[in-house]
Amino acid sequence: MRLLRYGASGLLIELPSSASVTAAYRALRAAAADGRLPGIVELVPAARTVLVEAAAGARVPVDLVRGLISEDPAGEPGEGADPDSGERPTEVVIPVHYDGADLELVARTAELSVAEVIELHSSAEYTVAFCGFSPGFGYLTGLPEPLRQARLADSRPSVPAGSVGLAGEFTGVYPRSSPGGWRLLGHTDEVMFDPAANPPAKLAPGARVRFEPVD
Amino acid sequence: MATDRAVTVLRAGPLAVITDLGRPGQAHIGVPRSGALDRDALRLANRLVGNPEGHAGLEVLLGGLELRAESNCTVAVTGPPVPVWRHGGGAERRAVGSHQVVYLRAGEHLELGVPDAGLRSYLACSGGLDVPEELGSRSTDLLSGLGPAKVSDGDRLALGTAGDAPADASPVPASVPPPLVTVPVLLGPRDDWFADPAGALRCTVWTVGPASNRIGLRLAGEPLERAADRDGQELPSEPVRPGAVQVPPSGQPVVFLADAPTTGGYPVVGVVPESALGALAQARPGTQVQLSPR
Repeated sequence: MRLLRYGASGLLIELPSSASVTAAYRALRAAAADGRLPGIVELVPAARTVLVEAAAGARVPVDLVRGLISEDPAGEPGEGADPDSGERPTEVVIPVHYDGADLELVARTAELSVAEVIELHSSAEYTVAFCGFSPGFGYLTGLPEPLRQARLADSRPSVPAGSVGLAGEFTGVYPRSSPGGWRLLGHTDEVMFDPAANPPAKLAPGARVRFEPVD
Repeated sequence: MATDRAVTVLRAGPLAVITDLGRPGQAHIGVPRSGALDRDALRLANRLVGNPEGHAGLEVLLGGLELRAESNCTVAVTGPPVPVWRHGGGAERRAVGSHQVVYLRAGEHLELGVPDAGLRSYLACSGGLDVPEELGSRSTDLLSGLGPAKVSDGDRLALGTAGDAPADASPVPASVPPPLVTVPVLLGPRDDWFADPAGALRCTVWTVGPASNRIGLRLAGEPLERAADRDGQELPSEPVRPGAVQVPPSGQPVVFLADAPTTGGYPVVGVVPESALGALAQARPGTQVQLSPR
């Protein structure tokens, strides 16, 4: 674990793996939720880092943060940390029509049949590692090895809302129509981000996710 | 009745958006902070008209806005000094100036000229703009499409209930945005990705590029060079915040502003403190910027 300055009121925690990021994020989020981390305005996980930001003019309580991370049930975060130790978060199930434009390409690249790709993608359990790109766009880890494939050489100017795709080590769902370069496996009719809903994002960092094939 | 209080925007000018202090606390679900780029200017405008500092007002890019009061209301314009006129809709205009309280009677117009320097004016109305909140804020977020659409000619904007009349109606001093803006930058988290970042920043004067917007201020100048051991390396996506100075492979930095995305894939060499972002919000394309490393 490495602690890096992020402006006057921010601290960036660098960790060795996505799993340890999720473990640290869950520990910090739980502490913030029950008042053990006062004065913190943002807790933002990403691929290998978690940002802790205090209100402008305030400072992050570094020792407190360090303590919360290392007293986490997963222990000192490391390559082997189990993000699901302790209380298991609820699982979000997303029904998917596997009819994406790149299904054949993904199957060919993986040297599998389309049916095997669908089986593989829908039988794995994923974790929302972080959000970004647009509100409610979750980067999900846990993608089976054969499905870890490069982005498309050329991004599509418009990917419809609800599209389910993959790129690199991540899979995810486009919450709204946007340009995008992920390989598309299918689509869901679920609303992934609704500002009027509580919570607004169907996929928040730390959540566990499964995809369920539907016709 | 409070519900009848409103203003109608007759001309929006180049770009006018509704803004408040944004949507803090939701970056983890990909929601940018958004809100006023020059936060102190919005706070001041609100204080002048007797509002709480976080009420929604207008952020007006390069002036040119005209509105009509549909009810009696108190308004104030802040940001850079800018000509402000009050009139009855006819040819006769009365200069009232920025940075002071202006009382409008129902039917009277308020018109903004173009600031000689600076970029963004803030207009507060007593009671605040009462548009629906989205995720706890009335701010237009141009990147994420959250909040109201940008203001268009003819928009009628409801006002909330006005509080007490402002206690002190005397004008406040305005400062003219300078042609060279120097802001501090706290090095890190990824200053070690660059060759002598402090030295390079100290001796570079950047020019604000024309593609700058509410998402980021694009700076052009002598490229920041990667450290030899980081050349060609890719950084896994990291959280980014307003004020982050992100450096893409071109070496030309982008200072992220309020509508910036919440994660990004290029190293952040340093972070401009919150208190200095207002000065950058007022930097027009062509303005010289010095990032002073700390």
